[in-house]
Amino acid sequence: MNKFKSFIKRLIGKFKEKKYNSTDKIDITNKRFRWSDFIAEKIIKSVAFFSITIIVLIFIFVFRESFPIFNFGAKEKPKTEQTSDSQEQYGVPAAEPAQQEQYGVETTEPAKQEQYGVETSEPAQQEQYGVQTTDDTTMVENITPVEETASGSTHDDNKQAVKTLITKEWQPVSDRPRYGLIPLLIGTLKITIISLLFAAPLAIFAALYTAVFASKRMKELIKPTIEMLAGFPSVVIGFFALMVMASFLQNIFGYDVRLNSFVGGIAMGLAAIPIIFTITEDALTSVPKTYYEASLALGATKWQTAFSVMLPAATPGIFAAILLGIGRVFGETMIALMATGNAAMMGINPFESVRTLAATIGAEMAEVVFGDTHYNVLFLIGSMLFIFTFAINAIAEFWVKGKLMKKIQGK
Amino acid sequence: MKNIKIHTENMYLYYGSKMALNNISIDIPENKVTALIGPSGCGKSTFLRSLNRMNDLIDSVKIEGNILLDGINIYDKNIDVVSLRKKVGMVFQKSNPFAKSIYENIAYGPRINGINNKSELNDIVEKSLRNAAIWDEAKDRLHDSALGLSGGQQQRLCIARTLAVNPEIILMDEPASALDPISTSKIEELIVQLKENYTIVIVTHNMQQAARISDNTAFFYLGELIEYNKTKKIYTNPDKKQTEDYISGRFG
Repeated sequence: MNKFKSFIKRLIGKFKEKKYNSTDKIDITNKRFRWSDFIAEKIIKSVAFFSITIIVLIFIFVFRESFPIFNFGAKEKPKTEQTSDSQEQYGVPAAEPAQQEQYGVETTEPAKQEQYGVETSEPAQQEQYGVQTTDDTTMVENITPVEETASGSTHDDNKQAVKTLITKEWQPVSDRPRYGLIPLLIGTLKITIISLLFAAPLAIFAALYTAVFASKRMKELIKPTIEMLAGFPSVVIGFFALMVMASFLQNIFGYDVRLNSFVGGIAMGLAAIPIIFTITEDALTSVPKTYYEASLALGATKWQTAFSVMLPAATPGIFAAILLGIGRVFGETMIALMATGNAAMMGINPFESVRTLAATIGAEMAEVVFGDTHYNVLFLIGSMLFIFTFAINAIAEFWVKGKLMKKIQGK
Repeated sequence: MKNIKIHTENMYLYYGSKMALNNISIDIPENKVTALIGPSGCGKSTFLRSLNRMNDLIDSVKIEGNILLDGINIYDKNIDVVSLRKKVGMVFQKSNPFAKSIYENIAYGPRINGINNKSELNDIVEKSLRNAAIWDEAKDRLHDSALGLSGGQQQRLCIARTLAVNPEIILMDEPASALDPISTSKIEELIVQLKENYTIVIVTHNMQQAARISDNTAFFYLGELIEYNKTKKIYTNPDKKQTEDYISGRFG
């Protein structure tokens, strides 16, 4: 027993770092392995990699789901769900494996696929390409044609869908589904511009006031209050916009459509203000105090100092703030769903209803057929949101760092 | 002493309830260099900053007594602080050019005073840079970032920036404390040149520097003005024992 105890003691001693007394001589030749440091480092590293991996995986998933519509002809891979969907049969005889081979369709598990009857492509179906988008239509349509039909996406579905992607109509559920993304894109841009025109000046001026002019007590009051608003659930803002703001603004401006991009833009601006405010305020506060003093010592007023010295010096931070604001508005779903009217219209009139990319996903994803063209297009929209956000960030980064800063700060 | 530019009378300054300056009475003559020396925390920078009311930026500061600039009390409630600071320029301890180009740094002061004429601005920029002895180094890179200059150049740029608004008095808060000897000597030469046209008040920790460039020297200790006299007199034959100890390095 004693032996065991001393063994444990020695083991612990090995892992425990030796504590030095102040009188001890420090021995630098005895290189020790520091367990706690090592483990902490590894844990932090793995957590960091884990989170990065998750983001990348989401990214890959979204892209993969949107991929099939561009892939007509070569490979067809509808999503297969193992559990509930597999029982669903629409009473349609599945295509024979032999037939599938004919069209060069690669199938991994022919036996299983037959069950859904989803993934076949028939020349005979070409005329009916758009019919099978929803469960109901498929059922109905499947009765009339003599031969096999499919309820999922087919080459021709996809081919047709891709053709309609750059048209002006978003009619995913109809006899001839049209997946025109342009109105959605315009709607999103319209909303983004309106909300930024509303939010950015307000937030930046509020930040300027808080950072430069407000007394210390005022600052302690304003900053936490606005920051708290950043955590405000967007559904509440959307509800407020839907019930209160929409009527109020309609009374003021007297436009016809009650829910439109103007109302939605302002509501989203409310959501973006706290973000822009917080980061701008931080950027302004971190401008060296010596700039402020130097400017005042030259006989500048507070306003001149704030505008000509503080704002230019904080430009990178302010741009980061606006970018995050754009990101927020771009991806905002709930407010868009509730306050914009959700009609995919093209015009540039701000008082028309619009449908945004994010709201489209939010509204339609729950009702779409799994693996259907419509489903793929929704994922395509998802990847577009991703790509646009990246692009905006990249362009802004390049532009701010490269051109604008040189103009403001000299080469 | 004739042509007194700044005259303070029984001036007290408090940070909250703590007294930082105790009964300062001093006459600063026109077109001379006046050096303020003393150990850290003795109130010389505070005194300097109260001459153009930079202490207003600190909420807790309270000032009693009179500071007269050309016979006008600058703490009178009718005083326009912005104009006062145009008249009394300041160069800080740490060089603090704005993150703009060299040209924009100099042009900033005239611009906020309403000068927008391009050729006039060019003239002012060139003149200020020449007066601050940095024209030769900067003329080819006027539109480069001021932050790319060396520490000594930046400090001279800050002096040029102050000169551009054409002040009457220039306050300098240890302008050469962070610079190498060569840059320091350049700035010292500059100060001696500038006193022809400007009244200069300089705070310094470098006793030799004060001896080299100043006409009058004031010795501060613990918020009090111990001794104020011609620099020559202070350095050769000070009246007070404390001054002698400090100058000879036998202090504390």
